[in-house]
Amino acid sequence: MSSAPATTTLTYRDAVREAMREAMHADERIFLMGEDVGRYGGGFGVSKGMLAEFGPERIRDAPLSESAFTGAGIGAALNGMRPIVEIMTVNFSLLALDQIMNNAATLRHMSGGQFEIPLVIRMCTGGGRQLAAQHSHSLEGWYAHIPGIKVLAPATIADARGMLAPALADPNPVLIFEHGSLYNVEGELPDPPPAVDIARAAVMRAGEDVTLIAYGGMLARTLEAAELLAGQGVDAEVLDLRVLRPLDEETVLASVRRTHRAVVVDEAWRSGSLAAEVSARIAEQAFYDLDAPVERVCGAEVPAPYPAHLEQAATPQAETIAAAALRTVGRDG
Amino acid sequence: MAASPPPFPPPSGPIPEHGVELLRDMLRIRRFEEACAELYSATKIRGFLHLYIGEEAVATGTMRALGPDDAIVATYREHGHALLRGVGANALMAEMFGRSDGCSGGRGGSMHIFDANTRFYGGNAIVAGGLPIAVGLALADRMLGRDRVTACFFGEGAMAEGEFHESLNLAALWNLPVLFLCENNHYAMGSALELTESQTNLALKAACYEVAAWTVDGMDVVAVERETERAVLAIRGDGGPVFLEAQTYRFRAHSMYDPDLYRDHAEVAEWKERHDPIELFAARLREQGMLDDATLEGLERDIAAELETAIAFAEASEPEPVESLTRHLYAPGPA
Repeated sequence: MSSAPATTTLTYRDAVREAMREAMHADERIFLMGEDVGRYGGGFGVSKGMLAEFGPERIRDAPLSESAFTGAGIGAALNGMRPIVEIMTVNFSLLALDQIMNNAATLRHMSGGQFEIPLVIRMCTGGGRQLAAQHSHSLEGWYAHIPGIKVLAPATIADARGMLAPALADPNPVLIFEHGSLYNVEGELPDPPPAVDIARAAVMRAGEDVTLIAYGGMLARTLEAAELLAGQGVDAEVLDLRVLRPLDEETVLASVRRTHRAVVVDEAWRSGSLAAEVSARIAEQAFYDLDAPVERVCGAEVPAPYPAHLEQAATPQAETIAAAALRTVGRDG
Repeated sequence: MAASPPPFPPPSGPIPEHGVELLRDMLRIRRFEEACAELYSATKIRGFLHLYIGEEAVATGTMRALGPDDAIVATYREHGHALLRGVGANALMAEMFGRSDGCSGGRGGSMHIFDANTRFYGGNAIVAGGLPIAVGLALADRMLGRDRVTACFFGEGAMAEGEFHESLNLAALWNLPVLFLCENNHYAMGSALELTESQTNLALKAACYEVAAWTVDGMDVVAVERETERAVLAIRGDGGPVFLEAQTYRFRAHSMYDPDLYRDHAEVAEWKERHDPIELFAARLREQGMLDDATLEGLERDIAAELETAIAFAEASEPEPVESLTRHLYAPGPA
């Protein structure tokens, strides 16, 4: 009788924390800096307990100065450290956009390759928690627009646990977008947790009839949509983009060339979105493989509303995703 | 809005033994930039070109007070700082030309001079954008137990930016070894200090952050060197940040695009005639018997030769091949 492989039950929040703890035990140069990461335990409780474990030098509470502490992360990375900067939410990151765009993304190229910036910036993104129009947006697509940085979106506990180590090992600035609605999600991971890459999209559900492409907070409901579709005789493949920059075009195109149909799901606004980019690449490179126009299911183009029913109406749902998929196979959703 | 001359008595007093070297350094900057202005008119240099002419005493005095392990973060008006820091005139001129032998591989140009070897971290063209980087460089030094200073240059215009305030607060809060060096040339592009700052006493403003802050005559190279040394001494060891304001004046327009319509010509003329840091200092050196015509001619000759070599080097340097356009976008490495 063989013993079952060891597993651990943990939340997405625990997974990020364990990843940080493991990294900080392994490398003295790694430290965490951001608003309320220490005494408060992190705006979303991610770094709870880490101040006691690592002390205030390495779990560094910063004043409410997104630009200064993000820029300080860049400077420290240029000068021998491996900082993890936590920005409480993506909306707040706009206060640090100068540093991310004008410095982190440009310094290496415009200096002729003289510098490395091994910096990780983590932040919370997305809606679904009735936090209204200044705490709920999905702006990771904006960041994915910027050459010179890498952009990750862990949608699973495995990725929340596994993406940080390769991001810290990367000599380039890496932004990690943690979806706020995922922190409490619980799941099991093998112990020790498996290593993950930060280069490829992943096929989360194999299927033959249509490819549903999602990432971050939209993955779970896209998988739910695939179940709804299965009930109606449509076999959907679900891809998790995982890496928003550089995009893993190859995995996307290979799937679409097989299923001949694509639905791109994006919580962000439709105009100029990452969904637009993915759709355009499919249209450019797999047009003759398509049996139907590419569909997009995106967030409604309004500031995120507070009331639950309006927020839901503004956000892709399993039903609206399934309906779009049905349209691609010539059936009315 | 007239920018009054500095409220300092005319520079006087003893001159250090290396006085002639200070003069040479200021002349190197001025001749380099005069050549750049000509090369700009000859379309060899393009884009924006911001000249430092008039402000040379600041870079000259400060650079002498810094050690080789210290770091520099500068602005887009940084040719002089780079030159004196030891970024060679050849690599600097090739960068102005956008050539592959430029110190930034030709990708940065006039506004983005970088040199890892001399710890020269730009060349930052976003006003105040370099301050947070300086705080981070200093944070790493502190965390790694290295006794180094990061000197961060910025204009007085930066003091209206949020990043200035965030950075001073953070550096003071964490007691970081940063020298915040404000080069107050009285105009943020075309806007006079009085039109952009509610508090025009800049040292007073900086002192609000519990940072030692004082002002020096930025047209007096000896005073700048002395006060920078004082500041650096205060910072080293376990000292915290210092804010030093050097009051100076830009003799040329903001950039080569600027018709300079916002300043009274008489004001510019007065600064040039009465406060030129090079003329003033050369006169003092002569008075004290430290400079004669032959020495000055020798300096000019050496500088002209350095420049001639640098221009020939830049002319001969190959342009970057188009195939290398995306090179250096990402550092190679794991993942």
